[in-house]
Amino acid sequence: MLSKILFGELIRFGVNFAVSVPSSLFRNLLRMLETATEIVHIPVTREEEGVGVAAGAYLGGKTPALIIQNSGLGNSINALASLNMVFKIPLLLLIAQRGGKGERIPAQIPMGMATPHLLNAIGIPHYTPKSAKQIPKAFQKAKKWFHTHLTPAAVLIKMELMKNEKNRSD
Amino acid sequence: MKRIEAIRIITKELKHELVVCNLGFPSRELYSVKDRPENFYMLGSMGLASSIGLGLSLCTTKRVVVMDGDGSILMNLGSLVTIANQSPRNLTLIIFDNEAYGSTGGQPSYTGGKTDLAALAVAAGIENVLVVDSPQNLRAAYRESEKDLTVIIVKVEKQNANVPVIDIPPEEIKNRFLKAVRTHVA
Repeated sequence: MLSKILFGELIRFGVNFAVSVPSSLFRNLLRMLETATEIVHIPVTREEEGVGVAAGAYLGGKTPALIIQNSGLGNSINALASLNMVFKIPLLLLIAQRGGKGERIPAQIPMGMATPHLLNAIGIPHYTPKSAKQIPKAFQKAKKWFHTHLTPAAVLIKMELMKNEKNRSD
Repeated sequence: MKRIEAIRIITKELKHELVVCNLGFPSRELYSVKDRPENFYMLGSMGLASSIGLGLSLCTTKRVVVMDGDGSILMNLGSLVTIANQSPRNLTLIIFDNEAYGSTGGQPSYTGGKTDLAALAVAAGIENVLVVDSPQNLRAAYRESEKDLTVIIVKVEKQNANVPVIDIPPEEIKNRFLKAVRTHVA
């Protein structure tokens, strides 16, 4: 089950503070976080707010992750650039990448196409595993960036990776 | 009351509290009144002071004091909802309400119109919401806020003080703040 892999990778990354905005692809992961004892989980109302909460947690000594859909990346760009990049406040972004192969919601497509470019534009590296097997490697690369550069790094999880799991949970 | 006077009053009450301060003139005024490693001056990310304060307050036993503004909280009203539901007892959210965007030329904000900030905070689920407009009441409200999660709305004049910009590099602001967070106090 992919959610178990993602949860395990968050733990291996050292994440102990997760901030989230609901995402259908991450529904099982978010359910696991609700009862997790190793990770404090704070749901927020909007992604940009989450960037602030996660930054505060980092200042409080935690290793934060922000778990969102790529649709919410757009409203976080200024905060990621003018808070995290300026002060060197790291953050793991775990992003459900909608708008790719098999996307049935037309509104997901423009942001889906823009996501890697938006991250590139503000200097946030992104790692997109092509299969479940590649997930640990993506997290390892993000972790290295997080600790070396003290700025955000993103792991993008494409819809097709979660598809089997989604069908099973529906 | 001018905002810098309000900042002066709160600063006099501070011991080891961690302060997260809104960008622009509020941070510059705080910096000129009393610079301390426990101050985190925001330089960008308008609207996020209360969110940064919330995240921090959930990770420390120290008291966290956020100095926010009406325009900034209006940009991030969802923050009041999350703060109310997480309800950290060690968070004091001070909102200086000058009914304007003071750092960008004094454009009017809607708190000078029909919107009641205190009622918004109460509706979000925050139990302790105090509105003050005098130095004595501000001092009393601040002392009261040390007991539990509290929002203090301070009515202030539109005026910005003539104070210099903050000349500490961002990474230094962060590094000394991180050190202050880690320092144990008796």
